[in-house]
Amino acid sequence: MKKVNVYVTLRESVVDPQGTAAEQALHNMGYEEVKSVRIGKLIELEIDGAESEIESRVDEMCKELLVNRVIEDYRFEIEEA
Amino acid sequence: MKFAILVFPGSSCDVDMHRAVHDVLGEEASYVWHTDKEAEDLSNFDAVLVPGGASYGDYLRPGALAKGSKAMASLCAFAASGKPVLGVGNGFQILTEAHLLPGALLQNKGLKFKSGTTKLSVQNADSLFTAEYEQGEDITIPFAHQYGNYYVDEETLADMKANNQIAFTYADHQDQGSTDKIAGVLNKEGNVLGMMPLPERAVEEVLGHVDGLRLFKSILKRVE
Repeated sequence: MKKVNVYVTLRESVVDPQGTAAEQALHNMGYEEVKSVRIGKLIELEIDGAESEIESRVDEMCKELLVNRVIEDYRFEIEEA
Repeated sequence: MKFAILVFPGSSCDVDMHRAVHDVLGEEASYVWHTDKEAEDLSNFDAVLVPGGASYGDYLRPGALAKGSKAMASLCAFAASGKPVLGVGNGFQILTEAHLLPGALLQNKGLKFKSGTTKLSVQNADSLFTAEYEQGEDITIPFAHQYGNYYVDEETLADMKANNQIAFTYADHQDQGSTDKIAGVLNKEGNVLGMMPLPERAVEEVLGHVDGLRLFKSILKRVE
């Protein structure tokens, strides 16, 4: 069994109003050193199957469903569950 | 003319769609539940309507999980056959997620759910869905959405403009951040339309507005 963490972020060209709002709130709280906030999501998968195939299968899952590449970028890491 | 109204768990504007085409226009219309036998082959219908709501609770991304439904293959085949497919609200989100239409819908710029009526400008009055409108006409259509911020990259946008794929733009400030104030989008072939505003809620005087009715009349005109 492997654990796969898929990190999904908005593409750089896409405005992230949630991140902008959080950045403003951090500034209001005195954390003026913050120059940018971007909010994404973490998708955790637990996967059975041949290790050699996991990478290509997960990449396919990202492209087919988990990520919308019109607006999002992704990366993932595979670790022991 | 025979309309299919494709219903997913969480669809909620299906009844409004049915009322518009069946009760108001007097056409044949069936609700087709996405896992029903009928959803496996839609070719007996003349047009498919994908209604608004929040399919699958808007989980993952609005419209995304409908992609996992078996009805999606038959919807894509139906669209490829050249017959009309109209997706409204969440139906539009489903069509972009299924890559039947370009772009994607982001959360509204102000992060809030917004509803009311909006003025749309008809950008392409030649399409199967808009022939009953005048080019450049402003029409009043209700809207209600949290993910109504249409995004498309510049390269695709240039393609869309070259192919006359922009059906409607917002003529007021209700665009919620949409690229080029785009409210409604056609596919390249012109037989698939997606839009965030809700024409099925503007089909009778009693609803306050009637400008949506001509969209459905346009479909009838072209298909019959």
